[in-house]
Amino acid sequence: MVTLQHYLILSAILFAVGVMGVMFRRNLIVILMSLELMLNAVNLTFIAFSRYLGSIEGQIFALFVMVVAAAEVAVGLAIAVAIFRLEGTVDVNDIDLMKW
Amino acid sequence: MEALIFYVLAAITVVSAFCVVLLRRPIHNVLFMILMMIGLAGLFILLQAEFVAMVQLIVYAGAVMVLFLFVIMLLNLESLSFPDDPRAVRWWGGMVLALGLLVLLIPVFKAFVPHVVGTLTQQNSSVLSNTQVIAKELFTTYLLPFEIASVLLLAAIIGAVVLARRR
Repeated sequence: MVTLQHYLILSAILFAVGVMGVMFRRNLIVILMSLELMLNAVNLTFIAFSRYLGSIEGQIFALFVMVVAAAEVAVGLAIAVAIFRLEGTVDVNDIDLMKW
Repeated sequence: MEALIFYVLAAITVVSAFCVVLLRRPIHNVLFMILMMIGLAGLFILLQAEFVAMVQLIVYAGAVMVLFLFVIMLLNLESLSFPDDPRAVRWWGGMVLALGLLVLLIPVFKAFVPHVVGTLTQQNSSVLSNTQVIAKELFTTYLLPFEIASVLLLAAIIGAVVLARRR
């Protein structure tokens, strides 16, 4: 019997892996991918709740998360390409436009 | 049977998520990300959310990952090397943060006891089509957020074009 807790713990693990990726990768593209991982973990939580609470709202919010994620990826990758053209690198340690 | 499918899909998802974070070549990261999304779509089907599962496959595994792959090819990241620096601090920082998050999250999630509040019960959901239920809710209760989402996508497209334009 698979309970809600199974899905929630799986989602927590996925989210933690995403956080790990954002923290210790230096490649901007891979960091964006880790962000996607976290958003997907949240989607899993939404849909598991939707199923176990018998309510459709979770699935609708998952769809909205996907819309926001798609927009974020489009703009994020455009920024990555622009930075690569400007600085010639996608290493987040070398990108210091907004550091002080 | 359901438990077996769940554990197989969960194993695929977690292992490929770790591969996304730990492997060094960006191409492999993208390919494992696609695998992770396919596993997640399987979990969505297991949760009787067929429409979201299909959107996950089409939008995420299809469009978004192709975009990632395209940018990696465009920037020719394979030839880019990241020389070793003292990244041990980052590594341990990330590890400690992720584990701390897990330690915080898992007791909270374990304590949660679900009780059915909506109308989409087990027998109800087998009669109604998932897509139909979503569409009805999306075009009545959530019509304004739906329209705002379309404006957001338009803004993102324009922003991406402006940013990526060669000056």
